[in-house]
Amino acid sequence: MDTTPGGGHVLAADRPGRFGPYGGRYVPEALVAALDELDREYAAAAQDPSFTAELDHLLTTYSGRPTPLTEAARFGAEAAHGARILLKREDLNHTGSHKINNVLGQALLTKRIGKQRVIAETGAGQHGVATATAAALMGLECVIYMGEEDTRRQALNVARMRLLGATVIPVSTGSRTLKDAINEALRDWVTNVETTNYVFGTVAGPHPFPTLVRDLQRIIGVEARQQVLDLTGRLPDAVAACVGGGSNAIGIFHAFLDDADVALYGFEAGGDGVATGRHAATITAGSPGVLHGARSYLLQDEMGQTIESHSISAGLDYPGVGPEHSWLKDTGRAAYEPVDDAEAMEAFRVLCRTEGIIPAIESSHALAGARRLGERLGKQHGPGAVILVNLSGRGDKDVDTAAKWFGIMDESGEVRA
Amino acid sequence: MTTSVAFEKARAEGRAALVGYLPAGYPSVDGSITALRAMVQAGVDVVEVGLPYSDPLIDGPVIQRAVDGALRAGTTTTDVLRVVEAVAATGAPAVVMSYWNPLGRYGAAAFARDLAAAGGSGVITPDLTPDADDAWLPAAREHGLDTVFLVAPSSTDERIAMTTASCRGFVYATSVMGVTGTRDQVSDAASVLVSRTRATTELPVAVGLGVSDAGQAAEIAAFADGVVVGSAFVRRMLEAPDEPAGAASVAELAGELAGGVRRR
Repeated sequence: MDTTPGGGHVLAADRPGRFGPYGGRYVPEALVAALDELDREYAAAAQDPSFTAELDHLLTTYSGRPTPLTEAARFGAEAAHGARILLKREDLNHTGSHKINNVLGQALLTKRIGKQRVIAETGAGQHGVATATAAALMGLECVIYMGEEDTRRQALNVARMRLLGATVIPVSTGSRTLKDAINEALRDWVTNVETTNYVFGTVAGPHPFPTLVRDLQRIIGVEARQQVLDLTGRLPDAVAACVGGGSNAIGIFHAFLDDADVALYGFEAGGDGVATGRHAATITAGSPGVLHGARSYLLQDEMGQTIESHSISAGLDYPGVGPEHSWLKDTGRAAYEPVDDAEAMEAFRVLCRTEGIIPAIESSHALAGARRLGERLGKQHGPGAVILVNLSGRGDKDVDTAAKWFGIMDESGEVRA
Repeated sequence: MTTSVAFEKARAEGRAALVGYLPAGYPSVDGSITALRAMVQAGVDVVEVGLPYSDPLIDGPVIQRAVDGALRAGTTTTDVLRVVEAVAATGAPAVVMSYWNPLGRYGAAAFARDLAAAGGSGVITPDLTPDADDAWLPAAREHGLDTVFLVAPSSTDERIAMTTASCRGFVYATSVMGVTGTRDQVSDAASVLVSRTRATTELPVAVGLGVSDAGQAAEIAAFADGVVVGSAFVRRMLEAPDEPAGAASVAELAGELAGGVRRR
């Protein structure tokens, strides 16, 4: 069992980028050389003790790993039918989410390749903030593409990125959200590929990104598995994570894949409800196809045009999903369910009140899912089921959205008496 | 007519072939048919019919705008096939330019069958390299369609050879690293890429990305077998006050470019 941050198995890559019928590389020929270079350099870096040591050092001394495991006793008792809810505290990472795990590795890789400029897409802004942070740390030029709609929803994160020295480019094409930010970042990359590395934020996109990002996020589950064993003396009954592109979910799932008795649950953004058509529940309601360079489930119409997704959570508002999740779904190793906006916000409220933790709205989908699992497992096995929840990010960025949702602020942002 | 015949004819006349692109369905399905036919009459040798897609990641803002318009107007894959049929009826070879997902969704075999039935000559696949998916090549071969893949300045010699070995009809060389859109200058990278490509194949090599006027067309015609023009045509359509004016403006540009490819 490897518990070293960033060490050992964390960087073990498999090849060649297919997960059953999913994944692959559907990109313009112009990008193939850069993807091959990234793949090659990553494989070499993973074998290079000085690279892994540098990454370990940053994860420990800069990001604050290992992140703690917190037992949410009041939340479990009052809101999850007596289940033991164990929170993997990725919200306590530097920059406030799991995104930093991936970005530190990719920024080191950028330096190793010898490029001076990084670009990234961002939805909620968490990946953008993490990338801007790593770029500042390593002296790289940084450009972040963000949907115009998201720059409004997540204005605080736009300010954070700019404070960190990044250029934020609002994307006004298409649905003006994460999907379009990725298109625009890919257009930048194909133009500037000689000088620029694309620091992709999730386990989607063309090979090697789904593998590379998963390996860099795998540390979440490696740590959490040992922490649950240390605390409870056994493995959890279930692991719950939210799924947009799916990086925090794959990160916590991966260490449990061979533990057949541990059920894995991904909770997708149900938006206004899957039946309304206004949602981001890609695996629940989508079908296989190709988006952003990989074959996976996606929200598409009969002609293969991408359907715009909807969610209160900017970080889950994406009509695609990482190809490994599609494979886990088809093989039955993981189950995926939608959680709608209202259910997620209720879980958000309850965690604030019972544990004194303000979660990201993204992670609140996983908390809502854990409540559902608590009820289900309680009926099956009685109370005391152990549910590990990936608390992937903190809710500072969401205070505005939440205050309006709960009527603490009016639409203009004034606090109500 | 197949694309090979069009390229041979141009070669026999001691000039490069002119390849012109417009997306189907902008500003309307019939409007795109009228404009593409006007292009052919004014001297375009091979027509590229764009299949509108929601996430055109190798296209710049000009083509994106037109494609968004075509999608908002409700253009379907069946409409695209109707445009191909109408253009092919002029006698000029018509190839479809399409991102992979709409083709995969329609079904590679079904699309190849229906495109061939509509008189289409083949498909250019900007986000599908020959090694990316096994579905397309056998379907295209079965229905006698040209398979046009892209090579780029960043391609290794091995990849150029692999790509041209899977091409039929012609090879599409992207002149610069970047997305579609007009540029002020023809890049030096283009002629190098054409030479590297010719070292691997007897097929004609057409150069695209960034060509907007007769002078640039003439520069490229000096070293390539074909000159591809897209965004400059689309811009004419976007700027036109109505459909007849758009078709007239496109025809005017086609005439100038046809002069350019003869000026080498």
